[in-house]
Amino acid sequence: MKVLVPVKRVIDYNVKVRVKADQSGVDLANVKMSMNPFDEIAVEEAVRLKEKGKATEVVVVSIGPQQASETIRTALAMGADRGILVKSDGAVEPLAVAKILKAIVDAEQPQLVITGKQAIDDDANQVGQMLAALLGWPQGTFAHALELGDDTAKITREIDGGLQMVEVKLPAVMTTDLRLNEPRYASLPNIMKAKKKPIEEKTPADFGVDVTPRFKVLKVAEPPKRAAGAKVASVSELLDKLKADGVI
Amino acid sequence: MASLVIAEHDNVSLKDATHKSVTAAAAVSSPVHILVAGENCAAVADAAAKIAGVGKVLLADSALYARMLAEPMEVLILSLADSYDAILAPATTTGKNILPRVAAKLDTPQISEILKVISPDTFERPIYAGNAVETLQAPEGKKIITVRTTAFKAAVEGGSAVIEKISAASDPGLSKFVSEALSKSERPELTSAKTIVSAGRGLGSGENFKLLDSIADKLHAAIGASRAAVDAGYAPNDYQVGQTGKVVAPELYIAVGISGAIQHLAGMKASRVIVAINKDEEAPIFQVADYGLVADLFKTLPEIDEELSKRGYK
Repeated sequence: MKVLVPVKRVIDYNVKVRVKADQSGVDLANVKMSMNPFDEIAVEEAVRLKEKGKATEVVVVSIGPQQASETIRTALAMGADRGILVKSDGAVEPLAVAKILKAIVDAEQPQLVITGKQAIDDDANQVGQMLAALLGWPQGTFAHALELGDDTAKITREIDGGLQMVEVKLPAVMTTDLRLNEPRYASLPNIMKAKKKPIEEKTPADFGVDVTPRFKVLKVAEPPKRAAGAKVASVSELLDKLKADGVI
Repeated sequence: MASLVIAEHDNVSLKDATHKSVTAAAAVSSPVHILVAGENCAAVADAAAKIAGVGKVLLADSALYARMLAEPMEVLILSLADSYDAILAPATTTGKNILPRVAAKLDTPQISEILKVISPDTFERPIYAGNAVETLQAPEGKKIITVRTTAFKAAVEGGSAVIEKISAASDPGLSKFVSEALSKSERPELTSAKTIVSAGRGLGSGENFKLLDSIADKLHAAIGASRAAVDAGYAPNDYQVGQTGKVVAPELYIAVGISGAIQHLAGMKASRVIVAINKDEEAPIFQVADYGLVADLFKTLPEIDEELSKRGYK
């Protein structure tokens, strides 16, 4: 079975995000970029399926600027087989991403799509679900564990209050939560090998998808700041303060 | 026209997240209708009908919706969508699972986790784990929205809306529920608790989480954990407070042995009063805390417990 893994190039999760002074967005100049951490988990899961003999090929897709090919290379170094870069310089909204991915799924015919539950830049948490709907496929979002059968998959999901297992017919879309696995570091030999793996370049127009943003971003601002309060010297002083604030 | 709120419930009781979403919905388009989809959930519909400002409750009572799986819920909501200019759901794991499917099928972009309704087509929402707030204007047409419930006040009771039973939509037959493992707890739920006692890796072991129990009992608090504590296996994953876990905004948040990683702060910094207890006085958590106590938690927790007992908390 073929597995398709969409990955996004985002600001590295360790970088402190700074809002631009003119409130037009977030400052991305000279900032370290990496693969969206949830997508890394998706790549790892797909590669493990291949290592277990359950997946025959792992295809990685990224939609973004030319540099997103580096993100694809990272996935190839982890063990994915080939990549598709859909080049787009501006931000592509989740619905447009889902439309491009649908066209790729139609062409590639994977049995399983695994992607992160959300990207840590726009925090939208939409693409997997939207793709599943456009394809008329079932979904297992926020995956904690996967048992892949021949025609079905049992997916344990992280839900508010605990875990829920659903069984979905294949083909299906799965989105990853944090504890599905721990992604590996690519070894140097695998990084070298990944340089020879093929990356096909496409544009949204190749798939007939218009990526013009439909939202107008009016501004991007800093969240309201919380001022640091005071240190207290003892438990008793702490409880007095909390009592005075009416919270205990 | 009107707005439709997808009710959050467990077939027995209506969750507070619904009341908060009603508040957001009323600011987008009135009247507000509520869809209660579930199995043997008439009591939930009755509760929804009592929310002030709700014009109508639609009740789809069928085994098909017992677990509100995304695939059948998509079909049901789409069958109702024509009558509404806004469809909202709380940004719970249920709402986040379902609503993007509806948006995609309607070819409408979704606005996730709104913090504020500025006007019926303009919203604030957090990006970059809450390190920035984006103000977005949505295109004309239907608005598909999930609601960051901690950012809205709950709609009050006092209404008496009609309950209209609707039949189940078709079953797409793509998915089925297998099993569920919910953490059993007498404590309030994290996302609706007024007080939360939360601990981090500083606690050192899962066993030590018991040190929080007695204090949480006395304060009627929920217990939370940092991602580090969950990753270390000290606490189950549904305890996790933070950008990738639950976003909370209680009246009182007590962070014990939590250093205050950005991820964690994003999930709790909207709390009204924050207390930090940490032996490292440089810990970033102190930068957002109203009251900081630099102390060893193993000494401090029993002391708090004892002091609360002395003051008559049981």
